[in-house]
Amino acid sequence: MRNKHKSYLTAISFAVVSALLSGCGDAVLNPKGKIATDERDLIFLATGLMLIVVIPVFIMTFLFAWKYRASNEKAKYTPDWAHSNRIEAWVWAIPCIIIVILATVTWKTTHDLDPYKPLDVDAKPLTIQVVALDWKWLFIYPEQNIATVNYVQFPEKVPIDFKITADAPMNSFFIPQLAGQIYAMPGMETQLHAIAETEHTYDGISANYSGGGFSGMRFVAKSTTQEDFDNWVKQVRQSPTKLDSNEYNQLARPSENNPVALYSDVQNDLFHFILMKFMMPSPEMGSGSM
Amino acid sequence: MLLGKLSLAALPDQPIIIGAACFMALAALTVILALFYFKRWTWLWKEWIVSVDHKKIGIMYIIAALVMLFRGFADAMMMRSQLALSYGASHGYLPPEHYDQVFSAHGVIMIFFMAMPLMFGLLNLVVPLQIGARDVAFPFLNSLSFWLFVVGAVLVNVSLVVGEFARTGWLAYPPLSELAYSPDVGVDYYIWSLQISGIGTLMSGINFFVTIIKMRCPGMSLMKMPIFTWTALCSMILVIIAFPILTVTLGMLFLDRYMGMHFFTADFGGNAMMYVNLIWSWGHPEVYILILPAFGIFSEVVPTFSHKKLFGYETMVWATGVITILSFLVWLHHFFTMGAGGNVNAFFGIATMIISIPTGVKIFNWLFTMYRGRITFTTPMYWTMGFLITFVIGGMTGVLLSVPGADFELHNSLFLIAHFHNTIIGGVVFGYFAGFVYWFPKAMGFKLNEKIGKVVFWCWLIGFYVAFFPLYVLGLMGMTRRLNHYDVAAWHPWLIVAFIGACIVLFGIASQVLQLLVSIKQQDKDITGDPWNGRTLEWSIASPPPFYNFAIVPTVETRDAYWETKQKNLHSGATSVKPKYEDIHMPKNTGMGFIIAAFTFLFGFSMIWDITWLAIGAGAGAIISVIVRSYNYNIDYYVPAAEVERIETEISNRKLS
Amino acid sequence: MTMMTETINTHAHGHDGHHDADEKAVFGFWVYIMSDCILFATIFAVFAVLHNNTFGGPSAKDLFDMRFVLTETFILLTSSFTYGLAMLGAHKGSKAQVMGWLIITFILGAAFIGMELTEFSHMVHEGHSWQRSAFLSSFFTLVGTHGLHVATGLLWMLMLMVQVSIHGITSLTTRKLTCLSLFWHFLDIVWICVFTIVYLMGVM
Repeated sequence: MRNKHKSYLTAISFAVVSALLSGCGDAVLNPKGKIATDERDLIFLATGLMLIVVIPVFIMTFLFAWKYRASNEKAKYTPDWAHSNRIEAWVWAIPCIIIVILATVTWKTTHDLDPYKPLDVDAKPLTIQVVALDWKWLFIYPEQNIATVNYVQFPEKVPIDFKITADAPMNSFFIPQLAGQIYAMPGMETQLHAIAETEHTYDGISANYSGGGFSGMRFVAKSTTQEDFDNWVKQVRQSPTKLDSNEYNQLARPSENNPVALYSDVQNDLFHFILMKFMMPSPEMGSGSM
Repeated sequence: MLLGKLSLAALPDQPIIIGAACFMALAALTVILALFYFKRWTWLWKEWIVSVDHKKIGIMYIIAALVMLFRGFADAMMMRSQLALSYGASHGYLPPEHYDQVFSAHGVIMIFFMAMPLMFGLLNLVVPLQIGARDVAFPFLNSLSFWLFVVGAVLVNVSLVVGEFARTGWLAYPPLSELAYSPDVGVDYYIWSLQISGIGTLMSGINFFVTIIKMRCPGMSLMKMPIFTWTALCSMILVIIAFPILTVTLGMLFLDRYMGMHFFTADFGGNAMMYVNLIWSWGHPEVYILILPAFGIFSEVVPTFSHKKLFGYETMVWATGVITILSFLVWLHHFFTMGAGGNVNAFFGIATMIISIPTGVKIFNWLFTMYRGRITFTTPMYWTMGFLITFVIGGMTGVLLSVPGADFELHNSLFLIAHFHNTIIGGVVFGYFAGFVYWFPKAMGFKLNEKIGKVVFWCWLIGFYVAFFPLYVLGLMGMTRRLNHYDVAAWHPWLIVAFIGACIVLFGIASQVLQLLVSIKQQDKDITGDPWNGRTLEWSIASPPPFYNFAIVPTVETRDAYWETKQKNLHSGATSVKPKYEDIHMPKNTGMGFIIAAFTFLFGFSMIWDITWLAIGAGAGAIISVIVRSYNYNIDYYVPAAEVERIETEISNRKLS
Repeated sequence: MTMMTETINTHAHGHDGHHDADEKAVFGFWVYIMSDCILFATIFAVFAVLHNNTFGGPSAKDLFDMRFVLTETFILLTSSFTYGLAMLGAHKGSKAQVMGWLIITFILGAAFIGMELTEFSHMVHEGHSWQRSAFLSSFFTLVGTHGLHVATGLLWMLMLMVQVSIHGITSLTTRKLTCLSLFWHFLDIVWICVFTIVYLMGVM
């Protein structure tokens, strides 16, 4: 995006799209995190590139339809003209050039914005483990030894390593204004790296349908100052409920529209346990038990 | 236990479903009573059900597709109205357990039981006529394929009344679709309706592939085939390659659910991600199976109404071929968000955007066909113009989604929903409607009313934009798909606008029904067989064509064979040498396709409800019917030359009078 | 109205249309075989993904008796050879030769299915059924799908034997025999893949 033409394009398409969507783009087009900002810029750039073909097609469609209507006897009529090397070369070349440019951008940005790629920021990252349950989100802070349901808080300007799995059907972990989404799947760990630029309160959702209570599977994400975050952690540590395996099993049962819950203590290695229970036979089940 | 899991509890108890059930029962009853009243049972059996005539099978496909369009669109109206209502304190009128069935059924019906039969209907009607053939390669298989499709469609509709449909979305991703999370019969209905109709589709794919390869009339080399036949050929290649994957995938889901296997279960080593890979290895080619014939239709409509040769025929063929091959290399773009890593995502993203090159070339070729033409704006041409504008926008948003970095923000949002409706409605539906209007007089012998046809077009076009552009906006606002309720105030007005758009489309569909009724009443006869001044062989014979299509198999020297013949006759004056007719070899009608399908229906239904004895009986019945058919060596006959002459004289007398 | 026309039976007309029909049918059957190839390829791919997912259960090494499988393989390969002899008989127009070799092919095919079922029931009795792990699910499905094809081929062969005995060696029965022969050899090739990928590579 250092390229002058590209930024020019971006600016034009930004103007076009913003004009179309004025006042309504309060998620994807109004990012608060670095990754989401890059992703928005990418959307604008790609749109601008494609408009190079799309706008001429619009113009040609209307122009040709008008000019060569049957009632316009003055227009040239060449019923057997069906081939022109020059035109055919152009109609292949122009899309090809655009796609070559777009492909180059794609190759680069796909690697830059790969959710698995740690961010290049000079700060110690914060790890948050995310578990999609039927139908709520569990967030575990292994370093702070606390956990929350349907609410996640983190400090601004600190890279966050989300480690994501599910103890339910497939979901997609998504905070649109912060970073792109990634699937949450049972027996699989996926990752997402993100960073908040400012203090902000975000909507978080599941972006992959997972059954009856899916619509209510929303959560709040909040980026605060480091100090506020530390205070919040202290506060959570005062919570009377602890997340032991009984409490977890209770929580994992299907339930809808769960309120926020805070846990002051988390059973050791709970995330790993959730992940592995799909991958290995549990101890009480011997081989050949079928 | 005699009825397996089936009991009275399977019958509906919600007023909406009871209403729908009553409506369906009433419609069926009306048809049955009408058949009795007009004493048309024998006619129905002899002229239609047992027919192996590709034209009649084509008409039956199209009728079935239109009926299923109403069903699928009713689902769409329910979704749009639910979301227009279900904001904040209001939860609308569809609880999740019902709403989730509605959107699953909507997707399944629109793709498998509306778009696919509409495509096969047009293929059946047109392909043999375009290549100068008297039927398809395997007429009996053609009839069987059709009836298997009907079985699938009927099963989906039965699920509305008896039991329920899947609540998993139209592709039934596991582990949600596994027994652990979907223990009821919904997913079983899904599996069996798709499995049965899918096998029919595969057989049709082989049938048309062989027809096009082996049955072209003398002189019609591949590079002289009409483009619609070319796209049909490529589409059938995709069917032959892609549908076995669907069969296996659904088969494995079935084995997981019925036999306790672990292909896609969360535990015991199953791998749900493999299902997602497999289903899209079929699913992405499926999209091209649908769109390629639509491209073919535009390639027939634009030259005909521009009164000019298609620009860049060879480019068109190559572009179609490239799309065919590339369609197998892009499936992963449906799940960039599964965490495959930068290299893999970038590869599939770039492969996807490469498809836009041949597609763009096609668009330019249609435009340059219009260039320096004499364009008459009939309804098929309206649909084409609507397509050109709409599809380009859909293509643009598609390329946008193919950039993984952008997809991470837009995946599974309403932006995605808007995108694929933009291409499927703007491409497939507009294309098939153009083909429907274009070839209607060929099939029926009279034209559709043009005035109402244009009303239909404007309703669909405006309705589409009003319904789906809000969804683009909502996607950018962070609204995800398949939501049943929401609390975000800013979404509400857009969803109301989308609902209004759906109402405009509803008006368009109502006008379509009106158009059919008015046209049947008006009987604007097509006496010449060539109402549009057409270019390809199907216009060289009567409308509707005699059952053997061509009294004398034509010989072709150029592309646009019929156009060239007309030009030559114009210059030299037509020479009317009395043709010498020969006996014509034709297949005999047979009810076996219907009977085998009837057994298959019983088999599918009893598998869904675990009625073991019936499943065994019906399965055996189907197999025995196939065997009985294979013992019948008396499956064809000759139409004597004298009879051909009598029919042809009658046709030419009709033209003269 | 069209169908009420008086018609003459094909058989009075000699064989002009039949050559085309034979060609179409055999070509169509080839295309079907190609699509069946993709069906098997998909199942092989799934097996490749799942073959290590034993979930603590037995792996290929623990399960397969190679001598037994090798015998199965030889039986099936021999049946392909004997079917070839039946086809030679068909081209010579010798009904007796066709019937004789078909019976032998049928017996060999049935023996193959019998052995496969024995292997399956043995595994299930040992507690290694398809429910044990994803690996076993894919094993039973892959080998079972091949077995189901062979069983279908056997039923078809039986039906053809009856048809040959009724109609003799005509162009139509030869066409049917040719299609089955394609099918039968195809299943042989698939089995060689099964043998290599599932059994040999499994125990190696």
